[in-house]
Amino acid sequence: MDLKVLADLSPPLLMGILLGGLYVLIALGLSLVFGVMKLINVAHGDLVILGTYFGFFAMTGEILGHRISIFGIDPILSLVIGIPLLFVIGFAIQKYLMSRAVQLSMEAPLIIAFGISLIVQNICQRLWTPYSRGLTTSYALKSFSVGVFHIPLVYLVDFIGALIVMIILREFLRRTYLGKAINAASQDRRAAQLMGINTDRVYAFAFAIAMATAAIAGVFLGLTFPFTPTSGVSFLIIAFGVIIIGGLGSMLGTFVGGMILGLAQTIGGHVLNELGLPGAATGQYLFLYVIVLVVLAVRPQGIFGR
Amino acid sequence: MPEETLLKVRNLDTFYGGFQALWNVSLEVKPEEIVALIGANGSGKSTLLDTILGLIQPAKGSIEFDGKDITTLSPFQIVDLGISQVPEGRRIFPDLNVLDNLILGSYSRKARPKKEQNFKMVYELFPILEERKNQLAKTLSGGEQQMLALGRGLMSNPKLMLLDEMSLGLAPIVINSVYKALRKIRERGITILFVEQNVRRSLEEADRAYIMEAGRVVLSGDVADLREEEKVKKAYFGI
Repeated sequence: MDLKVLADLSPPLLMGILLGGLYVLIALGLSLVFGVMKLINVAHGDLVILGTYFGFFAMTGEILGHRISIFGIDPILSLVIGIPLLFVIGFAIQKYLMSRAVQLSMEAPLIIAFGISLIVQNICQRLWTPYSRGLTTSYALKSFSVGVFHIPLVYLVDFIGALIVMIILREFLRRTYLGKAINAASQDRRAAQLMGINTDRVYAFAFAIAMATAAIAGVFLGLTFPFTPTSGVSFLIIAFGVIIIGGLGSMLGTFVGGMILGLAQTIGGHVLNELGLPGAATGQYLFLYVIVLVVLAVRPQGIFGR
Repeated sequence: MPEETLLKVRNLDTFYGGFQALWNVSLEVKPEEIVALIGANGSGKSTLLDTILGLIQPAKGSIEFDGKDITTLSPFQIVDLGISQVPEGRRIFPDLNVLDNLILGSYSRKARPKKEQNFKMVYELFPILEERKNQLAKTLSGGEQQMLALGRGLMSNPKLMLLDEMSLGLAPIVINSVYKALRKIRERGITILFVEQNVRRSLEEADRAYIMEAGRVVLSGDVADLREEEKVKKAYFGI
């Protein structure tokens, strides 16, 4: 391998890792809900996008075709309201919908989640039109240089944001009573009840926390990519890929899963470019999906899966 | 002036997955007693413990604890009132360490302020738990896990402990030390209701016993009397 190939690889390598951070951030909520409640929240991607649109609303004040000019808040700053808002929504979804659905049948929670997905997509479409948007803040368009190459600044912001959220979440789960209770309930629900843990309430908090991370992921997503009301599905698939690769119930696994997917995408895109093949912009995603398939075939429980 | 009876179970009918598991079951436990619940597999012993703790709602009958009606309460409320269950199979949290398992035992509102003194008691009764406090629970031996389960149960500051099949899978020496610990727990004023398949052992350790068969209480009384009962002698001791 000559130096030029190595040097050529560094930007996609770095971008892959940073982008992987965003993917981890998006996947965290999905992983938490599945790990604790064994619930596959197919509305997760759409709820992340709901968080994105809240950031959009805070930034532009645009809603239902009108513009409310008192806004104009930086989307990351708007998380001060966005996080509690999605927290409460998540708490209500688990407490009033999912907890009842689980008692009905195995499929009921999936159907309810699907319903939530449709409702959220249509709300976003109504309020903010189906047109493609972006959270175009001043820094969203900047890049920084590594040697001769330029990398979008938001990628770095995504990565740092992901690290911070991961560390906070991990410490919360390890050190607080509620965090330990969430952990315990995910290992053995009945035994957790015997400890005097109100598992219904603990599950509601777990879902709420997952939604809080979705709010954060939504804003970072909006800063990084253009989005529409239906973007949630693509990111749901990526989030699935992250936890399939990393394995369930492991935060380290989620992190590694995100890195691998980010790298698969960027290195794949780089290879397509180098080979002079067209369609690298969409083709890079192919590599992402192929890696997920490979892991499913070779080690279905994921790298760190239990 | 404490209640005469700590736990009063009256005429309980419980259904479990469509079939009737308990038929008109009544039972009493007085403060600081050790009461045994004896019976073969499927006799309804575990179902009774689960119903007392609120994991299953009875179809008929009532449960009174410390003067309060707890029949319709949720498990977490019942634990907070002072009943603790050490479940069959231990069910310690495998991927948490010993310390976290114990901390979780003190989760309920009333137990949290008593955390430090309960830790002292648990470490006095089971010093090995303090030694292994940073170890993952799944790496402990069977006997150590049973002690952890007991310790965890003690952390919830109970007045009454329900123990479901403590000797399962344990070597006789270990079983001895577990029952020794039980006696020390009673000395600290905690009342005990334990489920045990080994009849001889149960009658040695308890003050009173209830014998269950197919979801009904068929015999009950002081262990001294039960040992003399012809039925017991025939059925369980083959005399």
